[in-house]
Amino acid sequence: MDYFLELFLGGLTRGSIYALIALGYTMVYGIIELINFAHGEIYMIGAFTGLIVAGVLTVMGLNSVAILLLASVAAVIYSSAYGFTMEKVAYKPLRHAPRLSALIGAIGMSLFLQNYVLLAQTSDFLPFPSLIPEFEFMDPYAHIIGSAEVVILITTAVVMVLLTLLIKFSKIGKAMRATAQDRKMAMLVGVNVDQVISMTFIIGSGTAAIGGVLIASHIGMINFYIGFIAGIKAFTAAVLGGIGSIPGAVLGSFVLGWTESFATGYVSSDYEDVFAFALLVLILIFRPAGILGKVSAQKV
Amino acid sequence: MITLSEIKKSLLISIWFIFLTFPIMVIRVDTVENVIEWRWNNMILVGVGSFLLSFLWRHLMGRKEAGRKQAESDEAEKTPLVQRILGERRFYLPALIAVSIFVILFPFLFSTYQVNIMTTALIYVILGLGLNIVVGLAGLLDLGYVAFYAVGAYSYALLNFHYGLGFWTVLPVGAILAALAGILLGFPVLRLRGDYLAIVTLGFGEIIRLILENYNEFSFGPSGIANIPRPGFFGVDMSLSAAIIYIYFLMIGLTLFTVFVVNRLQNSRIGRAWVALREDEIACQAMGIDKTKTKLTAFALGATWAGMGGVIFAAKTTFINPASFTFLESAIILSIVVLGGMGSIVGVIMGALVLILLPEYLREFGEYRMLFFGAAMVIIMVFRPQGLIGKARRTYKFEGDLKSEA
Repeated sequence: MDYFLELFLGGLTRGSIYALIALGYTMVYGIIELINFAHGEIYMIGAFTGLIVAGVLTVMGLNSVAILLLASVAAVIYSSAYGFTMEKVAYKPLRHAPRLSALIGAIGMSLFLQNYVLLAQTSDFLPFPSLIPEFEFMDPYAHIIGSAEVVILITTAVVMVLLTLLIKFSKIGKAMRATAQDRKMAMLVGVNVDQVISMTFIIGSGTAAIGGVLIASHIGMINFYIGFIAGIKAFTAAVLGGIGSIPGAVLGSFVLGWTESFATGYVSSDYEDVFAFALLVLILIFRPAGILGKVSAQKV
Repeated sequence: MITLSEIKKSLLISIWFIFLTFPIMVIRVDTVENVIEWRWNNMILVGVGSFLLSFLWRHLMGRKEAGRKQAESDEAEKTPLVQRILGERRFYLPALIAVSIFVILFPFLFSTYQVNIMTTALIYVILGLGLNIVVGLAGLLDLGYVAFYAVGAYSYALLNFHYGLGFWTVLPVGAILAALAGILLGFPVLRLRGDYLAIVTLGFGEIIRLILENYNEFSFGPSGIANIPRPGFFGVDMSLSAAIIYIYFLMIGLTLFTVFVVNRLQNSRIGRAWVALREDEIACQAMGIDKTKTKLTAFALGATWAGMGGVIFAAKTTFINPASFTFLESAIILSIVVLGGMGSIVGVIMGALVLILLPEYLREFGEYRMLFFGAAMVIIMVFRPQGLIGKARRTYKFEGDLKSEA
């Protein structure tokens, strides 16, 4: 039973990281219908910025909680800035182009950012300092769940709640929902669509950066290639839940996290990804629009 | 003219990029030793570079805008220049002759290294043309195309290893196996549309690669299969360079065959059904086109070429392992199709040559080549979203007298 619980919570942790990345995918997709392949790279850049800032602050001799907070803030700011710039440079000129062209532009952007970090930093795995403190009150449960995992779960929950509130009640959130429903109509009623799209990229990139710093300090290693795998997984999660839907992305991420965790625990870690993708294929065969996606009849 | 406000704008852009690249370009930390290296010269490089590039970018954007306005004001839709040249016989014939002479002389004029690269590029031409059937004609976004390539390559390697079958026997077998894999993938995804289809095909490609990587008893895992024989020529023993030239001509032959078949397919009943399906699925069904059959043939025929390409790839490199069949490979093949211009045969050929030869000749830039490659993909898409050679839409003109008809 303990083993089951450990796998369950491990899957939940994994799922929350996927969820933090998947949110960016699903929000961008909801608004401009673009699969932003470079989104995983934004997450990777967040992790790298976190590592660099943490490194500088360690040399300056701050304590680890302050480092974690400052590194996270820096990662969020920089990832958001990269997301914003990426949209302005590569995606805005392609807004009226065929959708596949934008997709190829995104793949090119992803290659560019990977190699940019590879050249400017290193191709080796960098050890990431373990910044999340070990809590003493967690000791009795240490065989099921670690402190780092608790921090990840709580942070994710807080981010989700804040994001939901933002989208439900704030002015920009309402503008986002309006733009996602009908961009032209939103423009007609005075929504600044350019600003909304920029905001979407900024928010999505910020949450991905939080995920990047958390998972990097949990696993303890990063390199320039982590974004690609995580990006594909998160995208899978977003589609699993129904792309364009925010609760769907979260649910899809948890389902994916559990599948991987249980497949690793009970079958074999070699086939972890095979199970993840097989689950995706199965779910999409029976629910072609994802778990929470709306199956809308196509009108003629 | 460069005005003051433009300089100010570029200055702001350059400051923004200095800020943006500051942690990653300037600072390098060693987390083990806790040593920080500051590389201030990179900051100057980024600042000056982005300042100058922003002028170029603005200039090109301005030209693109002007071009679009002009195109809007012109009444008649202009066919692309290359399309027009190809349409005229007096340009078409000499060009064809020149290209054929070059193709025949190529292996004798250049080193075997160059010939090898060209053969690789030709394999990608075939892959591009095959994927073009699925994506360009039928409009089904396939991100796992490399799976069929892997099926072809592994069927040659394994059939040769276990049963000693030769290249010429396996070429059709590999093609058929790939086509079957195409149908296998096609069945479950028939109901899916657009991006859902994209992610399922991506997942399918990854599943195939992971199985090849982990199922050691079947595929020898990550270490791959070595000593795959090169194609034979009626049992004649060939030196290495002769074998390379032989494969080159083999590829030329196969490319011509592919171009011929794809060209015939485009104007056939099934080819038009694909285009109709791409444009409007419901209208297409209303016209009595069998959706299931049409989609499955697109997957099967597209996969066939990937299978053949795979068999030749295995025979050419004599060694394969799962690392050759990653998602990046699918992305490159898809880029060939989109970059060249979807649905256009000449476009796909050009796209393959540019995308495969460019990184090869960029080798002089060493480690920077993938950086330039990614940037080039973004820039081409931003400035020519329809691809290098856009497909001219088939248009029908009414030639009779309007009044007498009415």
